[in-house]
Amino acid sequence: MTATVVRQNRIARNADRVGLGAMIVASICLVALGTRLVSGPMVSVIVLVLILDLVGVLVLAARGGPEARRLLAPYGLLKPGMLWLALFFLAPVWSLIRISLSTKESRFSVNYDFNWAFQNYTKAFSDFGSQFQRAFLYAAIATVLTILIGYPLAYVIAFRGGKYKNILLGLVVIPFFTSYLIRTIAWSTILADRGFVVRAMNAVGLGNVFEWLHIMDNGKLLNTPAAVIGGLTYNFLPFMLLPIYVSLEKIDINLVNAAGDLYSSATRAFRKVVLPLSIPGVFAGTLLTFIPAAGDFVNAQFLGNPNTTMIGNSIQDQFLKQNNYPVASAMAAVLMVSIATLVLLYTRIFGTEDLA
Amino acid sequence: MMRKRTKYGRYALNVFAGLGLVYLFAPIFFIVAFSFNKPKGNFNIAWQSFTFDNWLHPFAEESLTRALWKSIEIAAVSTFIATILGSLIAVALSRYKFRGSGGINLFLVLPLTTPEIVLGSSLATLFLGQNFIDFGMTTIIIAHVMFQVSFVALTVRARIRGFDWTLEQAAQDLGASPLRTFMKVTFPLILPGILAAGLLAFALSIDDFIITFFNSGPVQTFPLQIYGASRVRIPPQINVLASMILFLSVAILMTATIAGMRKSAEKQATAKKFKLLHRK
Repeated sequence: MTATVVRQNRIARNADRVGLGAMIVASICLVALGTRLVSGPMVSVIVLVLILDLVGVLVLAARGGPEARRLLAPYGLLKPGMLWLALFFLAPVWSLIRISLSTKESRFSVNYDFNWAFQNYTKAFSDFGSQFQRAFLYAAIATVLTILIGYPLAYVIAFRGGKYKNILLGLVVIPFFTSYLIRTIAWSTILADRGFVVRAMNAVGLGNVFEWLHIMDNGKLLNTPAAVIGGLTYNFLPFMLLPIYVSLEKIDINLVNAAGDLYSSATRAFRKVVLPLSIPGVFAGTLLTFIPAAGDFVNAQFLGNPNTTMIGNSIQDQFLKQNNYPVASAMAAVLMVSIATLVLLYTRIFGTEDLA
Repeated sequence: MMRKRTKYGRYALNVFAGLGLVYLFAPIFFIVAFSFNKPKGNFNIAWQSFTFDNWLHPFAEESLTRALWKSIEIAAVSTFIATILGSLIAVALSRYKFRGSGGINLFLVLPLTTPEIVLGSSLATLFLGQNFIDFGMTTIIIAHVMFQVSFVALTVRARIRGFDWTLEQAAQDLGASPLRTFMKVTFPLILPGILAAGLLAFALSIDDFIITFFNSGPVQTFPLQIYGASRVRIPPQINVLASMILFLSVAILMTATIAGMRKSAEKQATAKKFKLLHRK
């Protein structure tokens, strides 16, 4: 009798371990089932483990007393969402990597053999290397441009907005309530060859300057690299501006005033006080801009030409048009891994708090 | 004290910000203006003449309207699921200190820091070659919930970061059951954060193109319909519907802002009253 009570107490005290363990086991079961890693009778075994796992925690919560319930509560709240992500985020990533290392059984087959087919990766790099390069180059330039445009705008709103701060912030966000595609198509019309902008530029004589800067190409603004980068910059600007605004807004204006009282010039006060304090915002914005920009294919499709395609265009084309899932998956996996590396480096340095 | 040079700098910066706003609104202005255009041919891209026709018949393009309703339907279902799942995660993360919370924080950020094209294509590889779910509404909703969950969780967590959880204890000390405590104390207080996250999640779902593109099967959502049509024809109804969505969102945003302002004014008034009472 006492032995069972002692044992129960021990389980109850360690209920958090049980809860976390049960959640991880359930996730692994779901990933295994989702990716069809197991087959035949093993499926029933895994399903049984999953059910026992979920029921076991419920039993522990019911019989373990208030302390165990308190320790289990967070895992109970987390579980539905976490299991959803396990099945529809983790399992897909697993199956993506699996398909990227598979080959088609025959030309018209829909089945794939997993056989460590690294040739998909060599093919991805040899055939689509320039698309990778362009994706990262365009995304990097667009990110720098969003900082150059977004920072001053956020600064003015945060420090000079006064009582109009919220209205100005609303104005900045409003354009992005229209559909992403429609916005991009609108740009393609604005920049069109016989459109207002091109004619105005040529009339003022700016055309030659732009031509020299390689922004225009043979009197064209649309279907140039500059148009693609411009589209990326426009579409992802709020992802840069909002985090910068949040970090600027947090700054105590007294710090800036103190710098001024101590005979610092305005420029110096900005460089030594405001800028360092807003760096977390800039870095969060950089990630939130660069990542979607590097994977985008809409801007390159509507604003570019066949020589400005990015890796997103190639993945989309190989996956949905050519049904070449292995190579498309290999490209997606490379994109994912290179970006995950960047994100890990970032979170090591700055933490995850500012991303939210 | 202020030197002249900085004054000019100040001016230049404001002008730059103004130009930035113009840049942000350029395509919007274009979209709204061309909703009043009477286009020649299939493409609504060159200005011809002014007309109210498109606004009088906003739903004239049947396939477009159908796609819009489909998008709203999908967004409603996926937002409902994702808001519940995401809010539960957010409450767990901010209410409790528990083993593994650091790892879960990192895990939640992952879907947001993975390019959409990777999310979309990898989910499609999961659905390929299985016989349980066909590509269609279900797969789109699953995909949308997947990226909305993290988003809702992080947004709600940020909104309830300052929440005073000892209020729950106070309610329970006064004899309220845990369920009653949640319904009467916790839920009403965190509801604004949940609603805000839900609205944004809804907007994300309606506008999602890349992930949906990979998992839609035969279903046409509003962005997919526009994408498919854009090569063949761009009817002015696209501009009308886009403008409608824009105006509706602005109206919602304004209502929320005004309500927020009124609430904070009320709070200040109460605080003032309290101070006066206290002084007496």
